[in-house]
Amino acid sequence: MTVDDIIKEVNGIFIDVLDNDAIVLKYETTAKDIEEWDSLTHVQLVVAIEKHFKIRFKSSEIQGYKNVGEMCEGILAYTGK
Amino acid sequence: MTDFNQLKKNLKKDFSKFKSARIALLGDSATQLLAQAIRGYGYEVEMSFEIWEADYDQIEMQVFDTSSEVYASKPDYVIIFQSTQKLMKYFYKLPASERAGFADAHLEKVRGMYDTVTSKLKCRVIYFNFAMMDDAVFGNFANKIDFSFTYQLRKINLGLMDLARGLKNLFINDIESLACRYGTDTVNDMSIYVNTDIVFSLDFMPAVAKNIADIILAISGKLKKCAILDLDNTLWGGIIGDDGMENIQLGDLGIGKAFTEFQLWLKELKKRGILLAVCSKNTEEIAREPFEKHPDMVLRMEDISIFVANWDNKADNIRRIQSVLNIGFDSMVFIDDNPVEREMVKTHVPDVTVPDMPEDPAEYAGFLRSLNLFETASFSEEDESRTEQYQQEAKRKIAQEVYTNEDDFLASLNMKAAVSPFNKFNTPRVSQLTQRSNQFNLRTVRYTEDDIAKIAASAEYLNRAFSLKDKFGDYGLISVIILHKREDALFIDTWIMSCRVLKRGMEIFTLNEIVRIAREAGFKKIIGEYLPTPKNGLVKNHYADLGFQSTGGHWLLDVDSYADRVNFIGTEEPVN
Repeated sequence: MTVDDIIKEVNGIFIDVLDNDAIVLKYETTAKDIEEWDSLTHVQLVVAIEKHFKIRFKSSEIQGYKNVGEMCEGILAYTGK
Repeated sequence: MTDFNQLKKNLKKDFSKFKSARIALLGDSATQLLAQAIRGYGYEVEMSFEIWEADYDQIEMQVFDTSSEVYASKPDYVIIFQSTQKLMKYFYKLPASERAGFADAHLEKVRGMYDTVTSKLKCRVIYFNFAMMDDAVFGNFANKIDFSFTYQLRKINLGLMDLARGLKNLFINDIESLACRYGTDTVNDMSIYVNTDIVFSLDFMPAVAKNIADIILAISGKLKKCAILDLDNTLWGGIIGDDGMENIQLGDLGIGKAFTEFQLWLKELKKRGILLAVCSKNTEEIAREPFEKHPDMVLRMEDISIFVANWDNKADNIRRIQSVLNIGFDSMVFIDDNPVEREMVKTHVPDVTVPDMPEDPAEYAGFLRSLNLFETASFSEEDESRTEQYQQEAKRKIAQEVYTNEDDFLASLNMKAAVSPFNKFNTPRVSQLTQRSNQFNLRTVRYTEDDIAKIAASAEYLNRAFSLKDKFGDYGLISVIILHKREDALFIDTWIMSCRVLKRGMEIFTLNEIVRIAREAGFKKIIGEYLPTPKNGLVKNHYADLGFQSTGGHWLLDVDSYADRVNFIGTEEPVN
């Protein structure tokens, strides 16, 4: 698995959780770029990602990633693939 | 349990056709996701919860300033959510010498909040009790001292029950029991808590939302009143027709314990006023035999309000049961181990609740309990004898078949009614009737016990409660009227009657009494009003049938020209 593969899977999770078909995630995407992504929906996204990949983020990591790409690098590290 | 993401998506859907309830939510932790879960869950149960949320950790500020937004929001329910996490911090701040009084002090604060809120608002208060948290400071030894957090937390939860017993409009959201079912690892998500001050995990939030909705639905009169039970592999192991009575599993035989304990729970439901009906595909005599003869059966014939065993399809049988018990399909729960039967009932009688039973009978009781199907907002003595009352009704129906003439039948019943004003003995049942009656209810105004007490004490109102009995038994308190004294007329604010006493002439008896009251109080006119709802079509022509004149929106009766109408109900002195 590559980071791009992870970004594609996470894109699907964002579309489902934020209920918006039009979301397209790139490495550089941040919460500022997506209207529905705020501190509350962030909680939903994190939980959905943890369940999907069967991982658990450390509490410091939840707010720590600068963009989608960094978060997906984190996911990749956890899934060890 | 619907997951949080689905509840969030519900927020975009159409709530316009649903009954609404206004909620004010106050918490000492971050409550935004909980508010979303509550509103989203409302969609699942066809309620539109309009939620005003206080700012973060503003409970006392909002409650004790009576000009604050919580009062302006005019809620039907004020929900106060204090978290175990914050409670623990307050406890730890206390010097050791004050810790033994922590619970009492907290309960006094809760009492103060309740008194302040209810003095200014006509609302119910729903207060969360506390999830247990073992801080492992003393280990099990915490149970041997009164200044441990464990001791004080338990004391608060018990104290809340004592408070709620005495305060009619205080309802406890039992988070302690709910958290116990889900387990600390599911209830808490420390990552989320540390980052956002949201106390519950996303997985637990729908359960909390459901618990709140269950309380509100029960208060609104949306209750389950009847459990319809299959027999084979539901109430006992095996198939009675094939295995014979000696081989069905009950008691010590095989996994009989699962069924015996399941029946024990069902019997408790019956004792508290839930009607049990049997609906089984079996020959009737064979189906009855265990109830009559098997030593390990917990349920007996006297526990069953209506026993239907035949080879017809269950949807038809359920319709038959409904017409005898005369309660809504939406107040029935159908319990059957067979998924084919369940699907058929779900398709053909969609308003009935049909739980998808687990495959293992050992899990039946636990599973059904987890659905919390039998929430209630009141309990009166009459609830305990409800099954008996339905059985008496069955005897009346049989007796009726002998008579070709309705009047002869009514006369043969030897009916006697007792009439009394509202008093402290009948207030619970009076209030319960106003909250649960949907069909014979002219204006569907719901009154709490406090409301009834105020009406009883007020000079502006005249009121009566009616009980009825006949030679077959006692119907109990079955009708309530509340009359409001207006300038030149007596207005019928409330006229409710239990559907069990339809076609007995009770309406006439009641009208005779209303006119008598009007004459005594010097009124020449009586005004009635019919406010239509989806459930009270039964009384659309009630006032027309009683001889009232239609006056554009209202119904008018002239007292002077009224002559007592014939009915077969005599009077007797009330016991209370």
